[in-house]
Amino acid sequence: MLRLAVLVLLAFMTLPTVVVVAVSFNPTAILSFPPSGLSLRWYVNVITYPQFQRAAWNSLLVTAGAVALAMPIGTAAALGLARGRPRAASLWATVLLSPLVVPGVAAGLGFLIVGAALGLLRSRVVLIAAHVALVLPFVVRSVGVSVRNLDPTLERAAASLGATPWRAFRRVTLPLLRPGLLAALLFAVIVSLNEFVVSLFISTRLTEILPVAMFTYVVNYTDPTIAALSTLFIVGTFVIVWLADRFLDLGGVFLHHR
Amino acid sequence: MARAVVELAGCTRDYGGIRAVAGLDLVVYEGELLSLLGPSGCGKTTTLNLIAGFVLPTAGRVRIDGQDVTDRPAHQRGLGVVFQSYALFPHLSVWENVAFGLRERRTPRPEIERRVGAALSLVRLDSRAEHRPAQLSGGMQQRVALARALVYEPRVLLLDEPLAALDKKLREEMRSELREIQRSVGITTIFVTHDQAEALGLSDRIAVMHGGRIEQLGAPREIYERPATRFVAEFIGASTVLRGRATGPDRVALADGVALRVLGLAGLRAGEAVELAIRPERIRLTAGAGENVMDGRVVGVVYQGVQTELTVEIGGGQRLLVFVAEPAPAALAPGQALRLHLPADAFMRLGPAGEGAGR
Repeated sequence: MLRLAVLVLLAFMTLPTVVVVAVSFNPTAILSFPPSGLSLRWYVNVITYPQFQRAAWNSLLVTAGAVALAMPIGTAAALGLARGRPRAASLWATVLLSPLVVPGVAAGLGFLIVGAALGLLRSRVVLIAAHVALVLPFVVRSVGVSVRNLDPTLERAAASLGATPWRAFRRVTLPLLRPGLLAALLFAVIVSLNEFVVSLFISTRLTEILPVAMFTYVVNYTDPTIAALSTLFIVGTFVIVWLADRFLDLGGVFLHHR
Repeated sequence: MARAVVELAGCTRDYGGIRAVAGLDLVVYEGELLSLLGPSGCGKTTTLNLIAGFVLPTAGRVRIDGQDVTDRPAHQRGLGVVFQSYALFPHLSVWENVAFGLRERRTPRPEIERRVGAALSLVRLDSRAEHRPAQLSGGMQQRVALARALVYEPRVLLLDEPLAALDKKLREEMRSELREIQRSVGITTIFVTHDQAEALGLSDRIAVMHGGRIEQLGAPREIYERPATRFVAEFIGASTVLRGRATGPDRVALADGVALRVLGLAGLRAGEAVELAIRPERIRLTAGAGENVMDGRVVGVVYQGVQTELTVEIGGGQRLLVFVAEPAPAALAPGQALRLHLPADAFMRLGPAGEGAGR
C-alpha cells in the first residue's frame, strides 16, 4: 500500500518532465505522447531559430546582470538583518522577502508601469531590475543561513589582531559565508533563468528572455520545438546543480548524500 | 611600584538602562597578572571589552602606556585577546591562525615564519601547524588562541575566561601552564574569571567586582584573609557571617548572647554594631573549655574527600560552616553534639558592600 503511494507520488512528480522529454524526440509535428519515433529535428530547429538565439543572449545578459547586482545587495542585506536592531530587521525582512508572496502578475504590471513612465522598456534595464528584486529573497535566505552560523566573536578576534573592519570582512567573514554564497548564486541563476510571468510584462520582441520567447512560440506554433527547448532547459538546470553539488561545498543545500 | 600600563579613569558603560560598569578606576602595572573576579553580570567582561576597544565607555577614559586610547578602535590598540570560545578562524590552519596578526602588520614573510614557529613551540604545538582548529582538542585550541595573541608581542594580554570551556583536570593543567608562559614572556595580563580558585592561584592582584564596581583590589592572600566587604567574604571561599555588637576593644556579643573575644580588629568601639566573618577551616573541634568555645549540634554533613563540610547549629539558631580535615578525629553524623573553638584571631570584620577598600 505504502509502496503504491510512493510510486504514485513519484509518477506525479516526474511525469510532466518525462512527457516533455519524450515528446521532444517526436519525428512528426504533432505533440503526441508516446512519441511515434525518434528524431532530433526539433533540436535543430531550436538551435537555428533566430528568435531563440536572440532570447538566449538576452537571458544570459539579464541573468548575469541581475545576479551580479543581487549577490552583493543580498549579502549586505543578510548581514544587516542579522546584526541590526530586531524590530527594524523584521520590517526589512518582510520587504526583502515580499517578492515571494506578491503575485507575479501584480509585480509585472508594476514594473511595466514604472518602466513605461521612465521610458526604459526598450532596454534590458527594467528586466534586470525586476530580476534583482525577484532573486533577492533567495539570496538573502541562503546567505542568511550562513550568517546565522557565523560566530560574531570571530570578527572581534580579527579586530584584536589588527584587522580593519574591511580586512576582517575579507579574510574572515566572506570565506566563512562561502557555502551560503554559492547556494545563493545557484538559486539566483536558476530563478532568474526560469522567470516568466514578470518578464512577460516588460519584454519586447528585442529584449525578451528564453521563457518568454518559448511562450510566444507556443502561442503561434504547436510543434515539439518547444518540448526540445524545454528538455534543454531541464538538462541545463540539472547539470548546473549536479556540478555545483559535485565540486562546490554547499553543505547539502540541494542534494543530500553520503 | 612599576609603571602603569593600563589605566581606566572613571569608566562607565551603560547598555540601554543597565549600568554594566559604574565609574571604574583601575591601574594595571607593568608585568603583573591582574584578575577581574566576580559573578556573571558584575561588569568584568565589559571592563575587558572597554580595554580591548570592543565597546566604548559611556563616560571616562582608557589609557594605555599613558596614551589616551578611548577613541581608538580595537584594531589600532595592538593588544592580544584570548576569548572564552577561543574564536579561532575555522577556515584557516593553526599556522595561518597564528600568523594572522603578523600578516595584518605586514611583517616580512621570513620574520612571520620565524615568529610563528617560535610561538607554536612556546605552546608545544609545532607538530600541529597544518591542522585545522576543529581537528584539535579543547586544550590545544586554547593554546593556539594563546599563541595567536602573543605572537606579535602585544603590550597587554587580555584573557576572557580562557579556561572556562575546559574540563576540570585540563583546566588545572592549563592554569599552571598559562602562568608559566605569562611569567616567561613577562607580559602585562588582565584575566577575567568567575572562578575564585583560578584567580587566587594565578594572580598577582585580584580586583573583586560586584555591580559594575570594584569591591576590593589586592593580593590574593589579602583578599582571602582580609575581605573588605561581606560580598567579598562570601564570594571568595566560604565563610559564616556573624552579627553582633562590640562591648569593648576586643569583645563582641552576638545577638543570642554568646560573647566572643576577637583579636586584630582595629578600632572596635563599645556599643557599635559589627559584622564578623569566619572561615570554616579556622574553626576547630575541641574537647576542652575556655574562651570562644561553644557547644553545637551537627545539622549537615558533606563529605568531600580532603575534608568534611559540616553545618553546625549553636545557641540561638545561628549556624556555622565548619570544615574538618580528613581523616576526621571522630565519626561525623547529623544530630551529633560537638564542641567548637573559634580562635580569637580568626575573625574578619566586614564593611558594608560597595565601600570597598580597593582603588
